[in-house]
Parts: sequence; C-alpha cells; structure tokens
Amino acid sequence: MSEAATAALIELSAVRKRFERRPDVAERLLALAGRPIERRVVRAVDGVDLAIHRGEVVGLVGESGCGKSTLGRMAAGILAPTAGEIRYRGRAVTNLPPPDRMSYVLGVQMIFQDPYASLNPRHPVRRIVGEALHVHRLAPSREIPERVDRALEEVGLDRSYRSRYPHQFSGGQRQRIGIARALAVEPEMLVCDEPVAALDVSIQAQIINLFMDLRERRGLTYLFISHDLGLVRHISDRVAIMYLGRIVEMSPAAELFASPNHPYTQALLAEIPSVGRRRRTFRPIQGEIPSPLNPPSGCAFHPRCPHAMPLCRTEAPPLAAIAPGRISACHLNDAT
Amino acid sequence: MSATLLEVRNLHTVFHAEKGAFAAVNDVSFSVGRGEILGLVGESGSGKSVTGLSIMGLIDPPGEIVAGEILFKGEDLRRKSASEMRLLRGDRIAMIFQDPLMTLNPVLRIGEQMTEAITEHAAIHRAEALRRAAEALAQVGIPSPEARLRGYPHELSGGMRQRVAIAIAMLNKPDLIIADEPTTALDVTIQAQILYEMQRLVRASGTSMIWITHDLGVIAGLADRVAVMYAGRIVETGTVDEILDSPRHPYTQGLLRSVPSANRPGDRLAQIEGMSPSLAARPPGCAFHPRCPRALDICRHDDPAPTAVDSRRSWRCHNPAPAGVAVPA
Amino acid sequence: MSTRIDSSTLGMMDTPLRAAMLKRIRSRPTAIGAGAALAVMVALALFAPLLAPQNPYDLTGLSIMNNRLEPGSVGMNGVTYWLGTDAQGRDMLSAILYGLRISLVVGLLATAGAAAIGITVGLLAGYVGGLVETLLMRLVDFFLGFPTLLVALVLLAMIGRGVDKVVLAIVLVQWANYARLVRGSVLVERRKEYVEAAQNLGFSRARIMLIHILPNCLGPMLVFATIQVATTIALEATLSFLGVGVPVTEPSLGLLIANGFEHLLSGEYWISFYPGVALLILIFSINLVGDRLRESLDPRRRA
Repeated sequence: MSEAATAALIELSAVRKRFERRPDVAERLLALAGRPIERRVVRAVDGVDLAIHRGEVVGLVGESGCGKSTLGRMAAGILAPTAGEIRYRGRAVTNLPPPDRMSYVLGVQMIFQDPYASLNPRHPVRRIVGEALHVHRLAPSREIPERVDRALEEVGLDRSYRSRYPHQFSGGQRQRIGIARALAVEPEMLVCDEPVAALDVSIQAQIINLFMDLRERRGLTYLFISHDLGLVRHISDRVAIMYLGRIVEMSPAAELFASPNHPYTQALLAEIPSVGRRRRTFRPIQGEIPSPLNPPSGCAFHPRCPHAMPLCRTEAPPLAAIAPGRISACHLNDAT
Repeated sequence: MSATLLEVRNLHTVFHAEKGAFAAVNDVSFSVGRGEILGLVGESGSGKSVTGLSIMGLIDPPGEIVAGEILFKGEDLRRKSASEMRLLRGDRIAMIFQDPLMTLNPVLRIGEQMTEAITEHAAIHRAEALRRAAEALAQVGIPSPEARLRGYPHELSGGMRQRVAIAIAMLNKPDLIIADEPTTALDVTIQAQILYEMQRLVRASGTSMIWITHDLGVIAGLADRVAVMYAGRIVETGTVDEILDSPRHPYTQGLLRSVPSANRPGDRLAQIEGMSPSLAARPPGCAFHPRCPRALDICRHDDPAPTAVDSRRSWRCHNPAPAGVAVPA
Repeated sequence: MSTRIDSSTLGMMDTPLRAAMLKRIRSRPTAIGAGAALAVMVALALFAPLLAPQNPYDLTGLSIMNNRLEPGSVGMNGVTYWLGTDAQGRDMLSAILYGLRISLVVGLLATAGAAAIGITVGLLAGYVGGLVETLLMRLVDFFLGFPTLLVALVLLAMIGRGVDKVVLAIVLVQWANYARLVRGSVLVERRKEYVEAAQNLGFSRARIMLIHILPNCLGPMLVFATIQVATTIALEATLSFLGVGVPVTEPSLGLLIANGFEHLLSGEYWISFYPGVALLILIFSINLVGDRLRESLDPRRRA
C-alpha cells in the first residue's frame, strides 16, 4: 500500500461489466428441444485500470456505448463489476464491514445527467437533500434543517426553496439541488455523469464554476464524464478517452490536447466544432459507432481508423506508455 | 430572381395560457438570402424554435401568430390557406427536427414515408419515386439504400435516422430548409458526419438554410450569417465573423466568453449571472437587463429598438460593447 | 405540434402540483356534477339509519298487508311509502338506502383489499426482479386468466353467502390487475436516475420501494382503483342478483333488483326499478369522477 501523499483515493483494476440478457422461459424450453440459445452479451466495460488521486480531476471522454457512464456508476458503487477490483482508500470495496461500506457509498457521490429524472418528483427539496442525514443519523434531528439550508446556500439556491417541488424549478436549478443532495453527506469524491449536457450554455458555465468552487473549498476529487472535449480540457488534470469499453488513451490534459496520440483522440479533436474555425469544411471520419453487442475484432477502432494496418484487425493493441504519465493503445506506437 | 428568399417582418407569436397571452416571439425581423445559411442562436425560452415553427405554419393552439409578415419569395405565408401551406411544406420549405422520430413515423416503412413525400407534391409513379428515394438515401451516405427503404426507422441508429430525415427534407429540392437543433442529440463524430452531409448538399443545390442551435461552434463552422435571440427578440444580427469577432450585444459577448475554449484552462469561466426569464415574467424594459454587466438606468424601462449599421448588421442595446474587441479564442 | 413549454417558461413556478390538479378538476361541470352526485350518495349511505323511515331488516316491523304498494301510497300504519314496497311489505326507500350502504362498503373494502395485495406484489415483482418477479408474475397471469364472474361464482358457491365472503371473493379475482399495473409503473420508475441517487445514498431496498418509487406509481393506480370501485359494485350486484352474494337478510342493490324481477311483468316495476336506478347513478358518477381524475393526472398536462 502506497504511503505517498498522492495515494489513490479510488482505484479500479481490470474492471469489467457485462450485461447479459437472460434467456426467458420460452427460449429455455426451445433449448431443451435442441435450439441453441443466443446469448446476447454486452461488454459495457471491458478491462479498465484507473487510479484517481485525492484532489484530482480526471476527465473521462467518449461517445455513446463506450461505457463511460457504466464505469462511473461502478466507481460510485451503484453498479457492481462483473470482474476486477475496486479499492477505496486502499481497501477492496467488496466485503467491507457495513460501516466502512457505508462510508464508501456515501463517500463517492454521483451527479446525474438528466435534471428532470434525477430528482423524485414527489419529494420536496428538503427531503431530497436531507433524507440521508435522517436515515443514516449523520446529524442530530434538530440540526438537519440547518444542514439542508446550508447545502442549498452552498449551491447558490435560496433557503425558501426547501418546501418546493422539483417541477417548480428550471433545469439548472434542479442540477444544483442534485449537487446539494450529494454535498449533504460530505463526500470525498463526485462522479459527474454529463452534468451539464442537458443545460443551456449560459447555465453550463455557472454549474462548471460551482464545481470548481467546490473543489477548492472542499478539496473534492472528481471523475468528470463528458462528451464535451472543450469542457473536459478546461476542468481536468488528466483525461482518459474511452472507446467501446476500454481506455484507449490517457494523458495529462494539456498534453492530450496539444499532441493527441491515438487516432480516435485525433479524430475527436479534429471534429469538435469550435468558435475559432469559420466556414470550415467538415471532414469527419467515416463509419458508425460500433455497437457493444457486436464489437469489431482486434482493435475496436480499426474499421474507422484512417491508419489501420492488417495487424489492427487481428490483434487488440495493449495500453502502453508513450511518454511519462501518458499511455495509449495503438499499434502505430509499436513501430517506433 | 431576387437575392432574398425569405423575409420575416415584425413577427409576433403568442401562447395563450390561463393567465393571459405570452409572446414567445416578440417582434422578430430577419431575412435569408438564396444559398445562404443563417444561424439562429439562442437558449431555451429564446423563441428560436417557435420562430422556425411559425415560418412553417406549424403553430397550433394554444399558440397563435398574431402579427407580422413572412415573405417567402415575395408572398406572405400568413395569407396562405392551410392547404396551400401543406403544398409548400415538404416541397419548397422543409424542416428537420432534433428528434428524427418527429419526422419519421415509427410504424411505417422508410420507403413508404419517402415515396409519400414525393408523390404528395408531384404526379410520379411509385417506382420512380422509390428510385428517387434510394438515390436520396445514397446521397446522404446511407449504405445499401434499397434495403433501408424496406426497413423501419427503429432499425437505424440515431445518426442514420437523422440522415434519413435530411434525405426526406432534400427530396423535392426545397428552396429553404429549417433545421431545429438536428445534431444536438448526436455524438461528436456523428455530428461531424451530419454537418458534412448538410454542408455538401446545401452547397451543391444552392438551398438556403436556417440552422437553429445553441452551439456557437457549429454556427461558426457552418453559417454565413447569424441572428442571436433572447427572450423572444433578436438582439443582434450580422455575418458570422462580425458576430464572433466583434459582438456588440452584452448577451452575445457573454455567451462567447462563457464557452470553455474562450477561457484559460483551470480558470473560472466567465459566466452570465442569473437565468433566462420565463415568458410570463419578462422583465420590463430590456429583457436582458437583470443579467447585464453593462446595464444602465434606461435599460430598466426602455426596451431598445434595433440600431442598424445596415440592413444586415444590427443590435438592440442602449449600451453596446465596444466594436472590435475580440473575445479571446 | 407544440414545442416544449414547461412550467418555467410559462412562469407557473409557484403552483404546487396538487393545487393545479384540483383546479383542473373543479373547472369542469361534468366533474362537479358527478362529484356532487357521488357525495350525496355516500352521505345517504352513511346516514341511512337516520334517514330511512323504516329499518328494512327488522322483520317485526313488516306487515304482509303492506306488500306491493305503489310508490307514493300510504300503508296500513299511515306511513307514506315514497318508492313503494316489495313483496314482503318492506319500504323500498329504506331498502335502497341500506342497499347503498352494502354496495359502497363492499365496493370500497374489496377495492382497498385488492389494491393492497396487488400493490405489494407489483412492487416486489417490479423492484426485486429475478426469480421473485418471474414467480409472482406467473401467479398474476394465472389469476388473470380466469373470467372474473365465473371464478367469483364458483368461489362463493363453495364458501357460502355473506358480505365478508363477497369481499373476499372479489379481492381474489381483482388483486392481479393492480399487481400488473403497479409492476409496469415500477419498471418505468426503476430506471430513473432518482432511484439510482437513492441507491447512491445507501438507502435500503424497502425504503426505496415504499418511499421513493411507490408514490410515483400511485397516479395511474388511483384512477384505476376509482373505476374499479364501480366495477366491484357492479360485480357484487351481479353476484347477489344471481343469488350467491350477500344474504337475503342484508340485501344489496343487486339483490333488491333480483327480488323484484319476478314482479316486473305484473306491472309492479318499482321493486326492481328504483334499486336499478340507484345502482346506475352510483356507478355512473364513480366512473365520471374517475375519468376526470385520469385526465387531470395526465403528465402531458402537468405543469
């Protein structure tokens, strides 16, 4: 166990998550009669190693089906991995004694994408934010209303909102309520799953600033999941790029954006529309995003990769160091 | 043939609620030239979608267009009957929505929907219509188009569906396409593909386009001219370079400044305070004044009229930002 | 075609959900009318002992001399029978008032019982999933596979007559509907992020099911239950009509209709007719109220 000051707060090792559709009764009966059962397996996360250090912001970028949301949920303890290990503060999270298990579950809180579905429409704000304090007796009952009020203030909401219901708020305000709910249990880490994707541009900036303020004030650690590269570059220390269940590149933010190594990273960066590029001719890479039900052989990116070699079709490249603190999974790096 | 395809003058579209009528589009005027791409930028509640729907004549109760003119090739669309509008829609003016399932009927085969779009507007044999449909699908980059025609929308991914929606929009070679956030729900790489296809098609056929979005990066890459909307009004118009390099209205400036790429990594983003006003609680005077860093006393009670440099460059502001101050890229 | 105009755009931020809902109910005359009719009937049923001129169950008060009197006629003892009397000389008005009571009691009790069992099963099946769900839903399918009336008939033929037995029989044939409905709602709600958030906060499964998910499933359930009260009343009436429901000593509206059946052709229509009218009004008003409830809970209208 490392004693360094920057010990990993949370560490995922060889983590996998498989979703399998169980055959129903009809299919099982047919199997008895000799018809083979089609197993539909989705390898949402297919072997990820990720260590996040205390106080750091790790950005996780990818498109639909890459598994970033699934990975985030595993980190927060909402989903259990099918294989691999998650260590929180150095200890494996499975088989933790109940008080430590609770400390982990509450210690890593998730901020969700959809402000309309992430709050219970039947609960008033004071219940949404304060329920955990009651249930887990994290504070004496008479102090809880004050704790709720303080959490609301911390996210920029007026105390009087405590009796209102979610439908009375805008998207940005609902996200703030969700953040207050997470903060009320004093977490050490926030896993943000596309927290601003559903919000207006001008509100996005406010919420991002809130995250940054909270980081400074509370020393929070972040796993920031987003498809928005511009945002990720702004807020992250390190960035990991995911494709079809695997991390294909990981680097300190500045270096990743200055010199992306993996062809997928390069394509992503080349394709983001940005304000500086006027009347450009778009030159996208071809091909559909592959479905995790039917992943390509070898390197998952090879069907769309402009530099694909025969080797890429048969062998999946391992993540290898290309520079201090930088890893990438591409056969092109082997050549040198 | 005049160079102006569409001219909207003083459009007012309201929604009737129990408490009264709220103006979603509040005195909006702009024009679109032939072969031009106009970016209509705004956030939720700005009225940008309602503007697009008003032009298409798709405003149903409780909404109602109460004033203004929509001149399409010189004719006022508001004066047209419902059946005349139906002839125009899908033929001369087409619309693409954020959710392709608003264009595509999930229970009909794609081929049926496309041929219907063709035969509605021209007396063409079904076989010929199918051929054109397959050609249109190929043009938007859909592989095995004939097979796709026999299939259903749900068999396609989101990006593919949007391509089909674009193909349907382009089928009858319309003069104008109104695209309402068509790529907002799509992944980055797929969005790039759709933008590429649209750009290519529009350049090849000279179709004009109104691209409605909140994404300034897309506007930068695609549009020729830009109109920025806030609380039902157009607060600034100009060419894309004028708007992005020399924004005069504080809202436009605020938007541009709050984009992460306009800020140094790690810094607090320059944010616009407050929230967009609800339609019912529109602040008096200039709707932006509660959030405006440059607000003056006059802004509180006097709604600014457009200050026009010429017919295509204007802004509504009593205290506009100085010209030529580029927002750091 | 409409764009998304939600509560924030229309500035309805200060209206709590329930108030908005009630306002919508109140604004329609049919709903008010039906609601009023229902309220009157419930009141009549509640206060039947005080309102009824005669206790129809008290056999000593009956005189065979008063039987089959026309509505409005005055009996041997000077009492005015506003709705006539039946074959035993019982005052129809009183009989109907007491019959209303039985009908409503059976309707409410049976619905409440079926709902309670159905909700529990539906919640467990929907949230716990796996083998539990499979087993429970197969049970539900089994129960739903039989025609309601037939099962109730057979059941009551076996266990005999009585208000409590009728309630039991109806609960047994109806709980599965609620289970199916609630399970469907639970499956939808379970995917929503507020449930994940509750899991992230370390709440127990029981708490999530009862306090987080259940309140969001009650909407459609409430509408269904309201209309089921009417269905239950009709079912009980049918069963009693067929002679397997409530006992003769505690006639419900259905039994009263049955009793008067044989007299219809001889022109003494009132013995069946007025109980029938009462039953009709009761069921109709419940259905209307339930309908309005459903409309007002429609999420698309929800601010």
